[in-house]
Amino acid sequence: MYKIVSARFLAENIKKFEIEAPRIAKKRKAGQFVMLRVGQSGERIPLTIAGSDPEKGTITIIAQGAGKTTRKLNAMEAGDTITDIVGPLGTPSHIENFGTAVSIGGGVGTAIAYPTAVALKEAGNHVITINGARSRDMVILEEEMKSVSDEAYITTDDGSYGFHGFVTQKLQELIDSGKKIDYVLAIGPIPMMKAVAEVTRPHNISTVVSLNPIMVDGTGMCGGCRVTVDDEIKFACVDGPEFDAHQVDFANLSDRNKIYLAEEKKSDEGFEHDCRLEKQR
Amino acid sequence: MAIPRQKMPAQDPQKRIGNFSEVNLGYTPELAMKEAMRCIQCKDPVCIKGCPVNIKIDEFIDLVANGNFLGAAKKIKEDNVLPAICGRVCPQEDQCEKECVLGKKHEPVAIGHLERFVADYERESGNIEIPAIRPSTGKRIAVIGSGPAGLSCANDLAQLGHKVVVFEALHELGGVLMYGVPEFRLPKDIVRTEIDVLKKMGVEFQTDVVVGRSVTIDELVEEDGFDAIFIGVGAGLPWFMGIPGENLVGVLSANEFLTRVNLMKAYDFPESDTPVFDCKGKNIAVFGGGNTAMDAVRTAKRLGAEHAYIVYRRSEAEMPARVEEIHHAKEEGIEFLLLQNPVEFIGNDEQWLTGVKCIKMELGEPDDSGRRRPVPIEGSEYILPIDMAIISIGNGSNPLIGQTTPDIEFSKRETIVVDVNTMETSKENVYAGGDIVTGGATVILAMGAGRTAAKAIHEKLLGESHGFDEW
Repeated sequence: MYKIVSARFLAENIKKFEIEAPRIAKKRKAGQFVMLRVGQSGERIPLTIAGSDPEKGTITIIAQGAGKTTRKLNAMEAGDTITDIVGPLGTPSHIENFGTAVSIGGGVGTAIAYPTAVALKEAGNHVITINGARSRDMVILEEEMKSVSDEAYITTDDGSYGFHGFVTQKLQELIDSGKKIDYVLAIGPIPMMKAVAEVTRPHNISTVVSLNPIMVDGTGMCGGCRVTVDDEIKFACVDGPEFDAHQVDFANLSDRNKIYLAEEKKSDEGFEHDCRLEKQR
Repeated sequence: MAIPRQKMPAQDPQKRIGNFSEVNLGYTPELAMKEAMRCIQCKDPVCIKGCPVNIKIDEFIDLVANGNFLGAAKKIKEDNVLPAICGRVCPQEDQCEKECVLGKKHEPVAIGHLERFVADYERESGNIEIPAIRPSTGKRIAVIGSGPAGLSCANDLAQLGHKVVVFEALHELGGVLMYGVPEFRLPKDIVRTEIDVLKKMGVEFQTDVVVGRSVTIDELVEEDGFDAIFIGVGAGLPWFMGIPGENLVGVLSANEFLTRVNLMKAYDFPESDTPVFDCKGKNIAVFGGGNTAMDAVRTAKRLGAEHAYIVYRRSEAEMPARVEEIHHAKEEGIEFLLLQNPVEFIGNDEQWLTGVKCIKMELGEPDDSGRRRPVPIEGSEYILPIDMAIISIGNGSNPLIGQTTPDIEFSKRETIVVDVNTMETSKENVYAGGDIVTGGATVILAMGAGRTAAKAIHEKLLGESHGFDEW
């Protein structure tokens, strides 16, 4: 059992947790994730490690309530315990001094991009961050991102804060302005990562994405998370989750992630129903 | 021979395909005693040589014949700490029962059924024997993986007075016994009860630890101060076939399918949170002919599949699955499509699987394995409509240990190279056994390897043959 030390909402439906997990805190590197399970009948879901404090023995994770498990998680508070947390999993981000590195986070993807942005800064890069959100109230980690960025941009789809438009439009603007960009990291919904790959492809800018396929064990024993990269099968949990954006078959990833949509809906509706009953009592 | 081999009572096939309860119901005391009396108590019991952990078969069966079931359980446990499991999943027909003298003219004694009966009797009596533990040696040994190899190694080392810590990557202990073998063949409560005996013996278990990620072997030695390490991580990396369409939605490995259903209890969805492909009224094909393939196809049938097929490229005689499992599968209405091989998966516009193109095969000359090589018959392709494909063509080794411990030698087949007498690897004081050394094999062979390693670790840490005679 893993104790939650602190828990607070960063935005509607997006919650940040600090959790006691000394072994993971000591070992984890940017780009790695954990598998987590809530309750004895719980499923295993992957979540990126957003940060850690090895001295305190804690890790930070940020979760967006999107289905039953993340909503169950987001209902938890400091002092509650999480049944299982396994990690750190996955291959750490490849970090070096590329020159100018752009870190792009879409929605809760910002939380996943953050630890890698920190590592890129520590490696001596000129770091530019672009963080996209639907609207002003969904912007997360603004201060944290600013503190590790040489240039920080916020974009909102509705223009309620920062740049009015998508992260790709901001990226295109930077490229068009003649800025020399050596490396791009993009993390967020699949259509956004695919769009970033298409923006950088004509300019031959090295671009990395962190993929989010369905996972079960997270240790390489089932192949549920397999993705096609450069026409080869890779297991995202062991070989990734970061891959060369220009080689990824995004359409296949998107299709494969739909397999349990009906079941997920059923599970979530059951959870909602139980919650309502709980409230009525 | 006056008494015929006593049959194991089983759930009716039509009833059992509607549930996940155990198929075999076990002997009654009367049946067990009757079967035990068939043993002729040979002077030179060759059955013992057929058992990888050399259980004193003649002695325990004699105790059963005399109605001393608890005594028989104690006798088995001198050599095997997981009898309820082995009695169920060992391929006895290739091991102890293959050697049984009675088998030459009649049917062999049902050693596996008797072992199972004795273990179940002991467990249900509520008096499970906890083996005696020697005084502490002060040595600490890390066992990586809680499957059959790790459990048997941990058991022997604990009995010898060593402090044993078992590290397991998953949230449940037991390895393939928990995520692979289905509930209807091996109830999970039985696995947990047998593992509890090890806990009572002082073995410490740490789940959620992935060696190679959470901690490395070198760190276990240098920082945690373990005196020796045993690697029993199995062969858990599923192979795919590399044919077109394998990434369509609805094509998955047997490991994923079985892990969802067994470990995550997806058969109980939505009570359990993990979903599994909705098999109700669908056509499901499992590709392969081993025990894993049988487990997967019988599971699909229980989840409501209309047609559940085994597609295998050789004939039934070459199938590596246990005869009993093939028999059970047929009783349950599993359809066997033999001598055919998939060449391509076919999907619709949404990239969901709709069918598989298969080619028919005929048997040619024997290959390296001694089995006749299947050869495709030109122009015999046809399309089998299916909604889910489960790939069960074998497993390789997980790369994590090799990547993070470069001084352990691996073979070309990606298995760990060991000295067969001691199971020691190329890295001093690091031992390995089970599927990570042999490639996918059996539960009892893994247990035998764990036992060999335990003996060698003990001798190396405490000096030559330290007190082994009386063990």
